Amino acid sequence: MSAQTIDADYNFGYLDEQTKRMIRRALLKAVAIPGYQVPFGSREMPLARGWGTGGIQITAALIGPEDTLKVIDQGADDTTNAVSIRRFFARVAGVKTTEKTNEATLIQTRHRIPEYPLSKGQILVYQVPQPEPLRKVESSEVETRKMHAWSEYGAMHVRLYEDIARYGRVATSYSYPVMVNDRYVMSPTPIPKFDNPKMDHMPALQLFGAGREKRIYAVPPFTKVKSLDFEDYPFEVQKWNEPCALCGARGSYLDEVITDDRGGRMFVCSDSSYCEDRRDAGHTGTQIDWAKDKAYLDPNPDEAA
Amino acid sequence: MSTIKNRLSVDENAPILTATALTRLYGERVGCRDVSFSLWPGEVLGIVGESGSGKSTLLRCLAGQDRPTSGTIALNFDGVPINLFDISEPMRRQLMRTKWGIVHQNPRDGLRMDVSAGGNIGERLMDRGDRHYGKIRSSALDWLSRVEIETNRVDDYPRQFSGGMQQRLQLARVLVPEPKLVFMDEPTGGLDVSVQARLLDLLRVLVRDLGIAAIIVTHDLAVARLLTDRLMVMKDGAVVEEGLTDQVLDDPHHAYTQLLTSAVLAA
Amino acid sequence: MTAMIKVHALQKHFIMHNQGGIRLPVFSDVAFDVSAGEALILHGESGVGKTSLLRILYGNYKPSSGHVLVRHGEDYIDLATATPRAILTVRRKTIRYVSQFLRVIPRVTTLDIVKDPLLARGIDDTMATEKAKDLLSRLNLAERLWHLAPATFSGGEQQRVNIARCFVDPASILLLDEPTASLDAKNRDVVVDLINEARESGAAIIGIFHDEYVRDRVATRRLDLTQFKKAA
Repeated sequence: MSAQTIDADYNFGYLDEQTKRMIRRALLKAVAIPGYQVPFGSREMPLARGWGTGGIQITAALIGPEDTLKVIDQGADDTTNAVSIRRFFARVAGVKTTEKTNEATLIQTRHRIPEYPLSKGQILVYQVPQPEPLRKVESSEVETRKMHAWSEYGAMHVRLYEDIARYGRVATSYSYPVMVNDRYVMSPTPIPKFDNPKMDHMPALQLFGAGREKRIYAVPPFTKVKSLDFEDYPFEVQKWNEPCALCGARGSYLDEVITDDRGGRMFVCSDSSYCEDRRDAGHTGTQIDWAKDKAYLDPNPDEAA
Repeated sequence: MSTIKNRLSVDENAPILTATALTRLYGERVGCRDVSFSLWPGEVLGIVGESGSGKSTLLRCLAGQDRPTSGTIALNFDGVPINLFDISEPMRRQLMRTKWGIVHQNPRDGLRMDVSAGGNIGERLMDRGDRHYGKIRSSALDWLSRVEIETNRVDDYPRQFSGGMQQRLQLARVLVPEPKLVFMDEPTGGLDVSVQARLLDLLRVLVRDLGIAAIIVTHDLAVARLLTDRLMVMKDGAVVEEGLTDQVLDDPHHAYTQLLTSAVLAA
Repeated sequence: MTAMIKVHALQKHFIMHNQGGIRLPVFSDVAFDVSAGEALILHGESGVGKTSLLRILYGNYKPSSGHVLVRHGEDYIDLATATPRAILTVRRKTIRYVSQFLRVIPRVTTLDIVKDPLLARGIDDTMATEKAKDLLSRLNLAERLWHLAPATFSGGEQQRVNIARCFVDPASILLLDEPTASLDAKNRDVVVDLINEARESGAAIIGIFHDEYVRDRVATRRLDLTQFKKAA
């Protein structure tokens, strides 16, 4: 996609320069202490809190005219939230936007990490609803800060213990807590635990913003990120019995799509850009093959007419 | 050649806890005043007195939950002497989770009500770094049976338990890391008499078997007689009488102790 | 003969602070020794201070002044000034006290009560159980009661449990306060035998017995406390 004309009524990137500097300072601190939640003065954004204002503020503080922005929501580039945020930055910063993971310098995400491995120099900005991984076991903020400060993380494992006791395995499938750089327990936001291993030693910089909770945290490139587990119940990611129905990919994160009201369903890649890429390269899944068989997908509609 | 003594070799052992001139003031009001004593490994000390006598204040100071206005608390675990309020808060918290435990009067204060019985016991092990589910689970089951809770209740929540069971579960949670020192605040307070008896006997046996030093705050002299070796009687924040438990109860010297012991039916 | 207990210038009074600070004298200038192999029977009317004296000898009452020297190992411990921990140690190893009444601990079975002194001294459970059972049989306590807590037992049954607890591991000093009070003739004789056996094997015994029959069979010496009462 091409760059748009910048809306001159706003400062570049929407936020004023003082606010950007405040956020950048918080980001620097966050990068210096991987996994530590840095408080910051979260601003009002032209978007309701809880819709990604933390991520948007980080993006706004970082974005420059040379950047290329990709925004995904649940893996998809074409959902309302992703489209709105992309348009917003096209308007207030005039930057190029893209759906291609490898073209982006800055990727803002909600709930997913792209399937394509990220590379050095890229920045992944997560929108975070609840930054405190200990909140479910300890409601007091004073107490959770002490627990982080002194690495008192026994209670975190109680959550995992409870899952195994009740379901025979750790049933937590998203927002699965991780230990960053052997020091801080961190919530990876509601990404599926499928994506957790991608965070470990990722070449890209990972930044996390919680607008409502006013917290910023970070994982610098090539940092150890380990999902919490037990020796006898090691961390595992979700697996699917079938490949993507559209592109035939195995080993990508699949969404279940209901296709009719008679129990019909299929599983397709959650990362829409990745799926499209594969189809462009000639990969097909069962759904495409079946459609071709039925001539629902006619390569040449003119002839059929 | 025999000599006359008033101390034995047991008196030469290092105390696990020594409180010196502990005073806790709340503004003008006295919480506790000039309390000094020592506690030895394996010994059970009772603190009796009525509400407001300062026994709970003293216990909170001793357990590191409240900072005394003046005075010191010296602890000695494994031959390493430390001063409770000279060490950093994280170290104090670390000790609290490993070397000593607190049994609260209300089990809700000592349990996580939204975590299963097994999780409540297991947390203490996970706190100290245990990361093997199977081993944590079997410790939890073992401790449930030691406190006489059926092991098939391991995945139930504390709120599904009776008051007596909750209190026994709290006991298991406190004792599982095998602490050296346990503080108990009216451990049988809210329980029926019949349920109390069971808990008391359990406490007595566990404290003896594990060789734990314990400090028990109670207003119930029968509890004190059953569980404690030594007794301190508190009134208006000060210790008015102390000594061997049965001596203090059977031959009380201070007016207040005499009042206390005569006010109850055969303790 | 080695003196196991030496009482010297012993004086006891109670001050009742809540009854106008009234001073109740019990006795004064009590002095006696008891050696290994002796059985001293305390005499005197009710209120003369027999039980108080026995309790002082156990460290249960504090002497108002004077000394109670107890032979503990090679040394003498003065119970009048000993630390609580020293007194507890002396009780565990050297002195046993049998009162008229059993202090029942909730839920603890008869067998556990009886073998407790052995376990506390580090004897293994099998051996302790065996000794406890032998003694309970000898005291004719029905076997069906052994695994019950004595709370519901009759007075005589409770007293036999109490006696068994004392004699299962006779210490070098035995203090007996009416141990035969609620026993029938047969069991009374068993207790008399137990006392004499303990004494013959070297225990020092100090006791209170109202029953003349028992006194005559147990005593090697008698001490009338009336003389000390006057002085008080």
